[in-house]
Amino acid sequence: MSLEITLFVIFALAAAVSAVMVVTRSNPVIAALFLVVNFGSLAGLFLTLHAQFIAVTEIIVYAGAIMVLFLFVIMLIKPENEQKFLAVNKKIKLTAVFLAALILVQIAYIILFANPSARLNPDLNASVQAGTIESIGTLIFTKYILPFEAAGYLLLAATIGALVLAKKKFE
Amino acid sequence: MGILELAIITIVKILIVLTLVLLTVAYLVYFERKISAWIQNRIGPNRVGYLGLLQPFADVLKLLLKEDIVPTVSNHPLHALAPMIALFVAFSTYAVIPMGPTITLFGWQIPLAVADINMGILYVLAITSLGVYAITFAGWSSGSKYSLLGGIRSSAQMISYEISMGFSVGGVVLLASSLRPIAIVEAQSGLMWNAFIQPIGFITFLVAAFAETNRLPFDLPEAEPELVGGYHTEYSSMKFAAFFLAEYANMIISSALIVTLYLGGWQIPFIERLNLPVGLTVALQVGAFCFKLAVLLFFFIWVRWSIPRFRYDQLMSLGWKVMFPLSLLNIIWVAILIMVFKI
Repeated sequence: MSLEITLFVIFALAAAVSAVMVVTRSNPVIAALFLVVNFGSLAGLFLTLHAQFIAVTEIIVYAGAIMVLFLFVIMLIKPENEQKFLAVNKKIKLTAVFLAALILVQIAYIILFANPSARLNPDLNASVQAGTIESIGTLIFTKYILPFEAAGYLLLAATIGALVLAKKKFE
Repeated sequence: MGILELAIITIVKILIVLTLVLLTVAYLVYFERKISAWIQNRIGPNRVGYLGLLQPFADVLKLLLKEDIVPTVSNHPLHALAPMIALFVAFSTYAVIPMGPTITLFGWQIPLAVADINMGILYVLAITSLGVYAITFAGWSSGSKYSLLGGIRSSAQMISYEISMGFSVGGVVLLASSLRPIAIVEAQSGLMWNAFIQPIGFITFLVAAFAETNRLPFDLPEAEPELVGGYHTEYSSMKFAAFFLAEYANMIISSALIVTLYLGGWQIPFIERLNLPVGLTVALQVGAFCFKLAVLLFFFIWVRWSIPRFRYDQLMSLGWKVMFPLSLLNIIWVAILIMVFKI
C-alpha cells in the first residue's frame, strides 16, 4: 500500500510541476518538452490505477504522435513573431484567462459536487480486469460503438479537410 | 518468490542484458566496418589486436578523450538532454524481448526476459515512439540549419513509418491473440512462423524497421551529401558517441523484435521430437535466438552497403502510398486466415 502512495505522490508531483512549467516557459519548444513529461507522469498515474492499456495509449498517442507533430510546427515558427502577435492582440490573452477559469470551475464542480470517487469499485480484481485491453475492446465495440464510430467519422472529416486545404496551396 | 528475490533476479537480468547489448554494439560496429570492407573489396580495420578485434575499444577510448564542443548558439540543457533520451529509448526497449523459454534455476521459475508484461508489444511501440524526440531536440537545440533540417526530416519520417509498423504488428497480435511477447513466440511453434503466414506484414515491418532506425536506404536525417551530418552535426566527443551507440542499439532491438514477432523467437522447429535433455534444449534455443539475431543484423549491414539512399519525396510516397496500404492488406489477410481457415 505504501509503495502505491509513494508512486502516486511522485507521479502527481511530476505532473503538477510539469503542467505549471508548460504554461510559464516562454520558449515553446521547452514548453512542449514539459508537456511530454506531463503525459509521461499521467501515464504513470494510470498505471498505479491498473489501467495499463490507457497508460500505454497515453504514451503512444499523445507523447509519441501528437506532440511530435506539435514540435514539428513549433520548430518551424519564430517565437518572436508569436510575441509580437500577442502584444498587438491583447484581447486574446484575456479570452484565454477567461476560458481557463471556466474550465477550472467546471473541474472543481465535478470533483466537489458530483463525487466521482463514490462510484469506485472496491474490488481490486474487477478493476484490474477493467484495465486490460480485452475488456476495453469489448466495451468499445459493444456498449460504446456509436460514440466510437462517430469519433472515427470526425477524424475522417478532419483528414479530408486537411487534404483539401493542403491541395489548394499547391494548385 | 518474495519481492526481494524478484528484485535481485530482475537486477541481475538487467545487468546481463545491458552488458550483452553494449558488447554487441561494440562488435556490431566492428563487423559493420569489416563487412563494408569485404563488399568494397578492402581489408578493413586490422591494426588493433588480432584481426583488428580490439578496434571497438580503441574507438570508444578515442571518443571519450575528445574535447566536447558545444556551439554557443545552442540551447545547452536540451543539447545535453537529446543524447540521453536516445540512449534511454534504445536500452529500455530490451526489457520485454524474450531470449529463451522459462527456465528453472535454484527452484525459481525465471522467464528469460527482463520483464514479462502483458502489454509487452505496446510497451515497445510506446518507447520507440519517444525516440523521435532525441533526434528532433538534437536538431533544434544545435542552432544549425543542417541539424534542424535533419531533425525535421526525421520526425516526419518516423511518424510516417510508425503507422505501417503499428498496423503490421496488428496482424501478429491478431494471430497470437495476445500482446505478451512470450505468448507471441509460443504461438509460432513448429513452422507457424509469422514470416511464412503473413509475408506482407513481415516485409512492411522490415521496411519500417529500417526507416525507424534511420539506416540506409532511409538515412535521410543524416544524409551526408546534403546535410553534413544531419541532426548530430554539432555533436562531438561522448555525446556524439551516445547517438552512435543508440543507432546500433536500435538496430539490435529492431532485429530482436523482428525475430520475436516474425521468425519464431527462440524456437527451433520440432526440437521436442529429438528428446534432448532440458538444459541442452534451452541452450540450443537461446543459441537459435542469437543466430537469428545475427543473421538479421548482417542483413541490416548488407543492405546499407548495397542500396543507395532514397530521395525524400520517394521515401514519403513509399511510406504512405505503398507500405501503409500493404500493411492494411496484411490485416485483412490475417483476418481472412482466422475467420475462414481457422488458424
